[in-house]
Amino acid sequence: MKLHNISFGNIRRRKAKMVFLALGLIIGISTIVTLLAITETMTLEIEERLNKFGANIIMVPKTEHLSLNYGGIDVGGVNYELKTFEQENLGRIRTIENAKNIGVVAPKVLGALDVQKDIGAQNTGKKVMVMGVVFQEELALKTWWQKNGKYPETKDQVMLGAAAASILSLAPGDVIRMKERPFNVSGVLLPTGGSEDNAVIMDMGTAQALLGMPGKVSMVEISAFCRGCPITELTLQIAEVFPNGKVTAMKQAVMSKMQSIEMFKSFSLGVSVLVVGIGALLVMVTMMGSVNERTREIGIFRAIGFRQTHVMQIILLEALVLGLFGGLFGFALGNITAWFLIPVVIEKGVFAGINYQLGGISLLMAAALSLLASLYPAYKAGRMDPSDALRVL
Amino acid sequence: MTDHLIEIQNLEKTYSSGDTTVTAIQNMDFFVDDGEFIAVMGQSGSGKSTLLSIMGAMNRPSRGQVFIDSLDIYSLTNEQRADLRSEYMGFIFQSFQLIPYLTVLENVKLPMAVTGKKKKVKNQMAMEVISRVGLEEKADRLPDQLSGGEQERVAIARAIVNKPPIILADEPTGNLDSKTANEIMTLLGELNQEGRTVIMVTHNPNMTAHAHRTIQVQDGRISTTFS
Repeated sequence: MKLHNISFGNIRRRKAKMVFLALGLIIGISTIVTLLAITETMTLEIEERLNKFGANIIMVPKTEHLSLNYGGIDVGGVNYELKTFEQENLGRIRTIENAKNIGVVAPKVLGALDVQKDIGAQNTGKKVMVMGVVFQEELALKTWWQKNGKYPETKDQVMLGAAAASILSLAPGDVIRMKERPFNVSGVLLPTGGSEDNAVIMDMGTAQALLGMPGKVSMVEISAFCRGCPITELTLQIAEVFPNGKVTAMKQAVMSKMQSIEMFKSFSLGVSVLVVGIGALLVMVTMMGSVNERTREIGIFRAIGFRQTHVMQIILLEALVLGLFGGLFGFALGNITAWFLIPVVIEKGVFAGINYQLGGISLLMAAALSLLASLYPAYKAGRMDPSDALRVL
Repeated sequence: MTDHLIEIQNLEKTYSSGDTTVTAIQNMDFFVDDGEFIAVMGQSGSGKSTLLSIMGAMNRPSRGQVFIDSLDIYSLTNEQRADLRSEYMGFIFQSFQLIPYLTVLENVKLPMAVTGKKKKVKNQMAMEVISRVGLEEKADRLPDQLSGGEQERVAIARAIVNKPPIILADEPTGNLDSKTANEIMTLLGELNQEGRTVIMVTHNPNMTAHAHRTIQVQDGRISTTFS
């Protein structure tokens, strides 16, 4: 016979009451677990969307001049000196501390070339912006691009922006000539409202050769997302490895999305605190009731020589067992609820999986909550005077 | 200093209930020697149960002192008095007061839950006293599966399992038929003959046959003492 035999015996005897008490903890813990799981999935979802959304960091070569361009309107009339990066150095971007947060790195070489519409027709061309890209990276970044025809698959294929195709009267299947080389127009982009509307988009290496800029890159678009650190931190890290680059974060997109998550996180935290508070109150009231019901029993314990601390141990051990029980089942129920709920509240949302660390925290939290809420009832039980408890004496 | 096992000096106990103060015990002095069997008699509300609880280190008196083996027990802390009860006293309560969710064996082992004895020793000691009260066949039963007399026997076994020198019994036969009551009294008499000091509260004069002395309590005072 040990004190724990008494605790377990009482739990067995008062099954209904104990289940009710554990249920309070189960509901509390499961609510918190569900909310956290939803927040986690939301963050992942937004992270993924941001990756699809496009670049949020732009790196261009540093220049002494100020840009004379606003919203596509060039007011200077004279382009400033073109500076470039070496393409072979771009690997450095993936060496920064938060390299794992870098999604897509899409370099571009930019220049202007005369484009002849018909093969054989000399000097009838128009000057068009040529944009050399690595198609694999570019298409991963520009997921919203829509086209007629196909994306270029070989080095002698190009695609045209909507405005360029319109002004040059070109359609998929036509052939153009640049620097005497023929190129097949494999596709035409639908209007995007971006700079690519006016461009001839082609393979990076070919563009570099045509523009006389072998191995050079004019700018780099980067898609990055970092949950634990601000996007400006990433830009600083990239700027460190590219001292001659000007790295700019397109903060607005990230900020607004993060703000939504932060708001939901705050909401979840608020609800969690409320639920924890209600759970604690429920445990305390139930434990208090249990202590009052067991007045006689506690009186017997005290009369036969149990110390105050022994009585407290009995009550707190019961609370601990119920806390662990509530934490375990609450965690399980929370995950099941999240699994059902996430596809409903988040479009295309998928349950991110069981977070065992959170499971451990849930157990500890439920046990601590139950113990804390039972401290006063246990103290009261321990302080009970045996003669008051045993009114018969 | 006192030569008696228990000595009560100038004892008074009052209870406050709203604006009124009720005096349960007043100006009480008496002693109990080692190995005595004392019956405390009195009508309901006479203060006899209060006296027992004060002697049992469970109820602090309003005035006066209680010495056990020359130790002023109310100068001790609550926890020290709990230890004293565990080592010195065995209680037999009115209405048995068994723990309903524990078996006979577990109920009897209850006072040993806070001692450092090993499980094997606890089981051996508990089974010894359960046999002593004739319930070895029913050690695994729950209290509600026993008759009133059997429950009283379990209560006695629980009171003596730690081998305390003092047994305090509050109306031990109050809920039993006369045959069973006599059996219980015989058992208490045997325990006394083995050297234990027994102090028993009762209102039934027929139950005092085994007592060396009977103390009559009336209105919180000792009215008569006879051997």
